Parts: sequence; structure tokens; C-alpha cells
Amino acid sequence: MDFFELVKLSLISLNANKMRSALTMLGVIIGVASVVAMISIGEGAKGLITKSIEDMGTNLLFVMPGQMKVGGGGHGMGSIQTLTFEDCREIEKNCPSVVGCAPEISKSAKIKAGNQNTVTQVVGTSERYPEVRNTKIAQGRYFTSLELHNQKKVAVLGQSVVDNIFFNIDPIGKDILINRIYFTVIGVLEAKGQSGFTNVDDMIMVPVTTFQKRLFGLDYLRNISVQVKSAELMDSAEQEVGELLRKRHRILNPDDDDFTIRKQTEMLNRMSDITSAFTMLLGGIAFISLLVGGIGIMNIMLVSVTERTREIGLRKAIGAKKADILKQFLIESIVLCVMGGLIGILSGIGMSYLIAKFGNWNTSVSTASILLSFGFSIAVGLFFGIYPANKASGLNCVEALRYE
Amino acid sequence: MTDENKPIIEIKGLTKIYDTGKIKVNALNGVDFSIKECELIAIMGPSGSGKSTMMNVLGCLDKPTDGTYHLDGTDVSTMSEDALAEIRNQKIGFVFQTFNLLSRTSALKNVELPMVYAKIPAAEREERAKKALSAVGLEERMYHMPNELSGGQQQRVAIARALVNDPKIILADEPTGNLDSRSSEEILLIFQQLNRAGKTIVIVTHEPDIAQHCKRNVVFKDGEIVTDKKVEHILDAKAVLEEINKKSHHLHPHLNQ
Repeated sequence: MDFFELVKLSLISLNANKMRSALTMLGVIIGVASVVAMISIGEGAKGLITKSIEDMGTNLLFVMPGQMKVGGGGHGMGSIQTLTFEDCREIEKNCPSVVGCAPEISKSAKIKAGNQNTVTQVVGTSERYPEVRNTKIAQGRYFTSLELHNQKKVAVLGQSVVDNIFFNIDPIGKDILINRIYFTVIGVLEAKGQSGFTNVDDMIMVPVTTFQKRLFGLDYLRNISVQVKSAELMDSAEQEVGELLRKRHRILNPDDDDFTIRKQTEMLNRMSDITSAFTMLLGGIAFISLLVGGIGIMNIMLVSVTERTREIGLRKAIGAKKADILKQFLIESIVLCVMGGLIGILSGIGMSYLIAKFGNWNTSVSTASILLSFGFSIAVGLFFGIYPANKASGLNCVEALRYE
Repeated sequence: MTDENKPIIEIKGLTKIYDTGKIKVNALNGVDFSIKECELIAIMGPSGSGKSTMMNVLGCLDKPTDGTYHLDGTDVSTMSEDALAEIRNQKIGFVFQTFNLLSRTSALKNVELPMVYAKIPAAEREERAKKALSAVGLEERMYHMPNELSGGQQQRVAIARALVNDPKIILADEPTGNLDSRSSEEILLIFQQLNRAGKTIVIVTHEPDIAQHCKRNVVFKDGEIVTDKKVEHILDAKAVLEEINKKSHHLHPHLNQ
């Protein structure tokens, strides 16, 4: 029997038990749909993180106080307060591979404007921040180096803060209270949207000098973002910054560093590792459900073989070879899986669309995941079909004909 | 042309032992047996006599434990399962007591089935199946499903299916066991007509009445042939049918008007 005829035959026999075929297929449909949807969620998260890291700016090094040490003592990263704004300025001045630096320190503070209150993150930084961290101004302007030098009480608001306390009023030139100190709003940052689990628009930027001296009385930084001239210079920039800081902090042995330098690409890799693991986890769970669907197929095919024992006996009696019977049942289970797979892919795409629309989550259906799950569903049909088909083809003709 | 003296089936020292592990059952004990072309033969015997085993071996459904079986000149007793499948497909037509038609499949498609396994192109299949169905008088019911046909009609579809690959021999296992006497007679009439046209037919039955329609009767008992005789007064199915018609006309005159 040729392939086309076998497919037709299997459609007839699947059609004979519509409900049963549909329920069996449902297992595969759910499996394939969840593979497609879950991988689309994982891929979406990956795309989002990649984009948000790119939003940070390019060719960045991050200098953080403290040291990453596996085991043993030492200071934990970010736990000590040795990094200062002077360090930041010196890096800018003395490292030839560096374009510019943006210091960063933040604390949450109470904000008041008119009769509106909110709590948000106040970030102290320098005039270089927009350039280094690839941030644009939507309205007004950013603060200047002079304002920074003079510890001016000027603030640049994130879009969410504007939405929270100003509604439809133009905030430029208005006064706001940060921890009961008056600041003048001079600009609004362009919205960047949700980045992973943090809202990067929910913050206020002020000159780092004002932050340290006037608002919180501190002299340290949380980190410094260093922009390097080009990707090739990353390693030499890392070395220059390290040497400079060691000199400034009077450290002789690099093992005793009180700071850590991270490359942006490292972070990117780590994040993509995490999201890959996330995708694998989701996909893995989905594949298990596809596997369960496959077991359902095997079960039904076994029932079908038993039910059709006499038919198998007759087919053999009138000349069907072992391979003919094997092919017939194998193709039946593959047809079941392929149909389930196609419906599953469509519903998986639908599911990921709905998740994106109503779940406020980025999803991206990749061709690879469609091909993967479709191929896998054929494989499931083949794998779980072989045992029943083999059982059918191995039936003894005489006994099968006599089967009641 | 058929040669009346050429043996189509030649069996020598045929033994079949069913080994169930604990006990061995000798279903056939060194049977010698031959069937010539154009015979119409009834194999009889009580249950357990070995007639079903004989039927299975004749039909190449089962292999003998010992002995040789030549079908149409070739030794089939040592052939592989797939080779036997091809022999069954090409040289043997089966008719079963329970018809064994595929449900939800039209009479035409049922008859086409042996040709499907013979890899005959679809157009030719349909043409030949239609011819075979016409030969058994079912040209009007080709597209009916088996459950829309009477028992006798279903058995006639099965005969058409057995005929369609033009086999050397037709094996019928209790072909009238599930039919009333009139349908039985109709089936026997078809067999007698086919035989007259040159087909070799073997009918397995336990009813002497049916056997009386055949030219030769072979009786099995305890795995051996106890009787092998020519039938003296062969019943003509056509005459019997006329008799039945007359009777029912007599009983229900309004039915046959």
C-alpha cells in the first residue's frame, strides 16, 4: 500500500472513533501548545533582557565597591563604602581608553509636589549619565557640570514619577520636595518601560554632589559605569581603571582589591544564561506534557489493535505482509500526532499572543520552537506508535481471525 | 485450460503438533492428501478432528510441523511468513463463516482489499472489483456498507473478495454456518457455478447437507482421514432453491406474486 492510501485509511479509522481520536489528540495538542507557548515566554524574556541591557549603553564597564570572592572572608560586593565621586572623576581624567564615567548612588525618598505624595528611588549621578547610559531627555534638559559643581537642587524626573505626581501638568520649572528639601524640576527622562522586574522610569535623578551633601550626607557611591571607546579596548580599559583605583586606594596586591570591575558583556552572558535556563525549565515541563500525550497515544493504539484484531487477521489472510500492518498502525499514530501537533502549534501561538496581550509579558514565537515541537510530535507518534504497531503486525493470523 | 488430472494441492505425511508447553496435541497425524484442479470438495469431521487445522495449513495460515505441502507446484511448507502472505494473496481466496468484512467500508472497497496488497493500481482495482461483485449478483449494492447488507449478501461480497485476485483455489470455512437455508443454498449455488467455470473449491463443514452439494467428501477424525469418497448423488443447489421457493410460495402465496 502506498503512503497516500495509508494516510487515507488511517483517517477513515480515526474518523470511526471521533471522540476517542479527539481526546487522544488533545494530549498532543496540549503538549505541543505548551511547548510553543512556554518557549515563546522564555524567548520573550530573553529578548527583553537583551534589549534592556542594550538600553544601558554600549561598551560599558561597571565598577562596584567590595570584592567577589568565592568562599573565605573579604568584603562582599557593595558592602563597603570606598568608592567615591573623586575616583570617578580621576578615571575620566587619567584612563585613555575611557570615554566617560557615570557615578551612581541611590536611595528611596519621599517626594511631594503640591498635594501629591509618592515614594521613589532618588539617583545621584553626574552630567555624563545620559551619554554613558544611553538615556534620552524627553522634555527640558539634563543638569550641567556647573550645577553639579555647585550642588544645585535640580531634578530630572522619570516618566512614571511625572505620571504619579503631575498628571497632565507640565512639570518643567515646578518645585518638588525630596525628603522635605525643595528641588526644581528641569527635565523629564524618556520612558524606557519595564525592564525585567524593575521599572526604570520610576526614579528621580539629581546631581551626585547634591545627593551626597544636601540630601543624605554620604560620600560613597554604589557603582560607577565606565564607557570605553570601543569593544576592543575593554580589556585595556579594565586594566587602566584597576591600576588607577589600586593606586588611589593604596592597594598593592590585586587580591586585596576593594572594588570589582564587571564587563557589560559578562552581565549580558550571565543574564542570557539565566533566561536560557528559564526557557529550558519551561520547555522541559512542556515536553513532559507532550510525553504524557504520547503515552495516551500508545494507550489508545493498543486498545485499537485489540479491537481490530479480527481486521488484522483478515488483512493478513488476504495477503497483508507484516510490514503492511506495521505501516498501517504506525501511520495512524503519526497522523494522530501530526494533526494534534498542527492544532497544538496554532493554539500555542494563540496562547502566547494572549499571554502577551493580557499577561503584560513579552512573548516571541520562534520558528525554531514550532519546528522543534512539530518534529517532536512526529517523533512521539513514531516512538509510541511502534510498540502497538509491532504488536499488531506480530499477531498470529489464525488466532486473530478467531478472536472474539 | 484446466487439466482435470493435475494435482493443485499435494500433501505428504502432514503432521501438525500444537505444543502448549504442558501437553502436546497431535492435530494432524501424517496425512496424505491431494486435490486436483477443478474439484469441489467438502472437508468434514467433528470438532477436534483436525479439519480446522487442515484448513489453516491448506490456506497457508499455519505451517505444518512435519511433512510437505505443494501448492500449485511450489513447496510452501518451509516458506517465510511474508512469502506465505504473498501466496495467500495470489493463489488462495478465503471465505469465512463470519464473513469478516471490514465495517464502515463499502462492499466495493472490501472487494478491492486483496488487490491493494497486490499493489494493483486504483483504477484497475475498481474495475475488477465491480466485475467480481456483478459475478455474485451484487452490482446494485456496491456502495453499501456491510451493515446495510443481509448475511447472504455479505457472504457474497466475501466471495467476490475471494475471487478478485483470480486464485487457484477457494477455501471456505463453514461458509453457510451463519446463514438461513435459502441464503445457504444461494451461496452453494455460486460455488457450484464457479466450480463449473473451472475453480477449485474446498468447503469445510460439519453439515452433511452442505457436503452433499460437493463432488468429493473427505472426513477427518482424530487427525486422520477416515473417509475419502466420491459423492454419488450431488445435490444441485439450483434445484433445491426452486424447491424452497415452491414451498414458501405454498406457505405464503402472497409473498411471491
